[in-house]
Amino acid sequence: MSFINYSSREINCKIVYYGPGLCGKTTNLQYIYNKTNPDLKGKMISLATETERTLFFDFLPLALGEIRGFKTRFHLYTVPGQVFYDASRKLILKGVDGVVFVADSQIERMEANIESIENLRANLQEQGFDLDKIPYVVQYNKRDLPNAAPLDEMKRLLNPSNVPDFEACAHEGKGVFETLKATAKGVLTDLKSLGGR
Amino acid sequence: MAEPQLVLYEEEHGHIQVVIDKLALEASAKAVFLVDKNGQLVAETGELRGIDTTSLASLTAGNIAATGGLAKIIGEEEFPTHFHQGDRDNLHITLIARRIILVIVFENDKSSLGLVRLRVKKASSELAHIFEEMQKKAEAAAASGADSPFAEITDDDIDNLFSD
Ligand SMILES: Nc1nc2c(ncn2[C@@H]2O[C@H](COP(=O)(O)OP(=O)(O)O)[C@@H](O)[C@H]2O)c(=O)[nH]1
Ligand SMILES: [Mg+2]
Repeated sequence: MSFINYSSREINCKIVYYGPGLCGKTTNLQYIYNKTNPDLKGKMISLATETERTLFFDFLPLALGEIRGFKTRFHLYTVPGQVFYDASRKLILKGVDGVVFVADSQIERMEANIESIENLRANLQEQGFDLDKIPYVVQYNKRDLPNAAPLDEMKRLLNPSNVPDFEACAHEGKGVFETLKATAKGVLTDLKSLGGR
Repeated sequence: MAEPQLVLYEEEHGHIQVVIDKLALEASAKAVFLVDKNGQLVAETGELRGIDTTSLASLTAGNIAATGGLAKIIGEEEFPTHFHQGDRDNLHITLIARRIILVIVFENDKSSLGLVRLRVKKASSELAHIFEEMQKKAEAAAASGADSPFAEITDDDIDNLFSD
């Protein structure tokens, strides 16, 4: 849930990157971190296993600039993708303002993508959110791989309601900022219409 | 929606600051923080140099969320108090009004767990009261359709954020 602070004139919003294990969520945040001006970012925190698999979450605070005299701050989180970390994923979705679903384009991961979206929908519902109503963006990552599924096939399976979506190669940064920007835009547009929920 | 939006006005921020400044003093604490359960820093006081407050807020919220999950597994609603003991510095964490987390950093040679506990008790109820007021104010503002500072933002405003 966004947090409006009239005292410091800041608005804080939370964006969660969701998706199956190894789809590239952490890579998205790392790229954003590496490409962001040091003045605008805080430290990136990764609670990971020794083999660099996300254990609890990655966290990256970003300051994007001012709107109407309010500093806009975005807190980006990733969830651990592996199926057995479901309890942790639920916790990270608490208070979310916008979601990015990172899909793994490899054909053999399509089943995992679909499962993860269903899991996202169910976990959001438990928190009182409806995936069809919150700001939501889909990213088709790993487009560079030879075994990537055709784009229209992925759109049909993973984005039937036609939310904003982007092709990406997160390790090279392609599509990473486009995805973030669309999500931030969705979140801010939401604030405008809600005027406090 | 699961929870109402958190809105902090200057008036309440002032009240909160008075309470935590006093708490820091009376508990002989190094620093005191208030963190929203979603990981956003609400207020801070004390010796903040060298402390990454944004990370502290996010990790505190993650910690409370994780232990809250653990509590439910064993049939507790929540663990409202946490204490982490270090060689030199300690962390005392309390959940207030089920929504705001009070974090106290104190040094072994300057304060004690007993003193911190005592002072937290009083400050907690004062803070809980302020947060109730804050909540009511935010709800009233939302219900009356009072203008959000963002009601008028345009697509251009948003695009400008990413212009560099
Ligand atoms: N080929 C390719 N590999 C990628 C891409 N994005 C991420 N990876 C790799 O996929 C692996 C898993 O990425 P990671 O971000 O840890 O996945 P997470 O589990 O979703 O956080 C890493 O080895 C990344 O370098 C991409 O667009 N193309
Ligand atoms: Mg990861």
